[in-house]
Amino acid sequence: MTTDTATAATLEETKTPRSPLQEGLIVAGAVVAGLVLLWVVGEFAPGAMGSIARGMMREAISPQTAAVAIAVIGLNIHFGFTGLLNIGQAGFMLLGAYGFAISIRSGVPLIPAVIIGLLAGVVFALILGVPTLKLRGDYLAIVTISAAEIIRYVGRSSLLTEWTGAAQGLQGKTYRDPFTDLSFFGDGEFSIGFLSYQMTGVNGWWVRFVGWSLVALCVLITFLLVRSPWGRLLRGIREDEAAILSLGKNAFAVKMQALVIGGALGALGGIVYVLPASVQPDAMGRSLTFFAWTALLLGGAATIFGPVLGSILFFAARIFIKGTADAVVPDSLMNSQQTEQFSWIVVGVALMLLVIFRPQGVLGDKRELRFNV
Amino acid sequence: MSEATVSTGFNPADPESRRRLMAGVDAVPGSAKPDAILKVDNITRAFGGMTAVDVDHLEVQRGVITALIGPNGAGKTTFFNLITGFDKPSSAGSGAHWSFQGKTLDKTSASSVARSGMVRTFQLTKALNRMTVLDNMMLGARDQSGENLLKCCFKPLWSGQEKDIEVRAKDLLQRFKLLEKKDDYAGSLSGGQRKLLEMARALMSEPTMIMLDEPMAGVNPALTQSLLGHIQALRDDGMTVLFVEHDMHMVRHISDWVVVMAEGKIVAEGAADVVMSDPAVIDAYLGAHHDADLGDDSLMTEETMAQLAREARIEEGTSNE
Repeated sequence: MTTDTATAATLEETKTPRSPLQEGLIVAGAVVAGLVLLWVVGEFAPGAMGSIARGMMREAISPQTAAVAIAVIGLNIHFGFTGLLNIGQAGFMLLGAYGFAISIRSGVPLIPAVIIGLLAGVVFALILGVPTLKLRGDYLAIVTISAAEIIRYVGRSSLLTEWTGAAQGLQGKTYRDPFTDLSFFGDGEFSIGFLSYQMTGVNGWWVRFVGWSLVALCVLITFLLVRSPWGRLLRGIREDEAAILSLGKNAFAVKMQALVIGGALGALGGIVYVLPASVQPDAMGRSLTFFAWTALLLGGAATIFGPVLGSILFFAARIFIKGTADAVVPDSLMNSQQTEQFSWIVVGVALMLLVIFRPQGVLGDKRELRFNV
Repeated sequence: MSEATVSTGFNPADPESRRRLMAGVDAVPGSAKPDAILKVDNITRAFGGMTAVDVDHLEVQRGVITALIGPNGAGKTTFFNLITGFDKPSSAGSGAHWSFQGKTLDKTSASSVARSGMVRTFQLTKALNRMTVLDNMMLGARDQSGENLLKCCFKPLWSGQEKDIEVRAKDLLQRFKLLEKKDDYAGSLSGGQRKLLEMARALMSEPTMIMLDEPMAGVNPALTQSLLGHIQALRDDGMTVLFVEHDMHMVRHISDWVVVMAEGKIVAEGAADVVMSDPAVIDAYLGAHHDADLGDDSLMTEETMAQLAREARIEEGTSNE
């Protein structure tokens, strides 16, 4: 079955694959063009159209979109390149966020606190990996989804109120200051048209700048990793682990390395996620994991820029769906709370359609498509 | 390896030398070899109540081509899996012991077995479908510094070695007539081409001994000829070859020694012509008409056909009882 698909696809597409640099330029160009278009529409179009565009623009550049993009880059190392089914990326994010926020609240300086957050993700990956990576891939999926839920429930537990704030979570103002104090952007408000944020405020330009810079850094790291012989080894393991073993490679160690790196990126995403907000265990539950998966499949698994493009498209598209439903459907049929839910339903349907009709995502090479179940 | 061959005065590239060497070996199951590279003792593997492999003793001679033949279900592939670390013997801990070049492999993982120089291929080909043919090949090379996580981000640390590996990979692809496919995904190759790719990839790791599990299944006759040439060339360069194959023509043509398995046990050993005239082997595996070429009309004389028809009737009769 797989063979047939692969053969047909090769016959279909004989063009040479794009180089990462070309792909990067195309993606960067498309994203910038899209944002400029949104900005122009948002600035000048009247009524609902303008407001939808403004909402999409704000969502597209939001620090939380950047945070999810980082976590999706980690997930891409897991699933796209190594074939590891991690269905608990939100658990890695939550652990990173807790590690960071609790450290700062206990008086740890910023950089060590970030490192503690990352280490929390690393240790989590090791704990999950040691028992499961010698088994078939499905076991990792089962273990990650349950372990992520365990982290969330432990975080919610009232026994830990002193540390985690239980279900209330940790308020942003209790851990964010060392980060905002680093800003060299100065004070006051800065506007580009309708995009108007404080320079250093809670949810201002500074956190956007840092978030998207980290995204760029993570893309660069992914590129360096996967173009190397180590990256080739990852793809080999994804394709057939026994073949890799028969060539004398230690597949377990390499899978563990991939799980740890992707998990650390998940934790980093979690830290960025809570910088402009608060640490809420329920905000980083199963649904966030599935958003990450949708973004990954949308952008294209096993591509360098797919996770970033997918995250931006995913969040902007949801605002578009909600905004359009708000504007078109009268309130008597669906009020704005219901359109919110409706938008998530559409997202779920979109994920199914995506997997059926374009499994390689926007950027993926059809010949290297991941859906091989 | 070459030292050992020199000391015994044995030259693997010389047919006469090989014949002389193997002529001194008793044609009995489990016989001792003058210079055994692989020694296996008391290895059994049971699946539920069925014993798939039950080998008391087997030695494989260094520097020659040994064929492992036997009917379907004889345990040949399971035997391969056991000694390469892909499966664990049921007799582990109770007398099972096997060693390669004197190194005990009882508790060695599959990847360590491969690193020690014994590299295998698979009956069901394991081409890495969504990687290019060249990437498949380059994965085979051993000791790549770029496969170290700490070094892989810095290209200058591995680009030199990468170039050497690529040259070697292209050279091997050329020999296996796959060079023009190097940028295609391995999944787009035909079944026979994948067999070739898998074998070429195994050679990238420069093994001391290569274990081929049905290397000719699905490969066309012209390619089979050149593949046979490759295998013989490997042997002439000093590599030890152990292969499982059903094609008797190939077994007869290239093997210096034949080991026959049936129902998990080694039932016969010897030079190809000796083994193939062994009544037990003919009975268990080859069948009475193993020499008749069913594809050649000139052999389909009326007498032969009548004889075959008579036998078919007799077998039908016995199976009806």
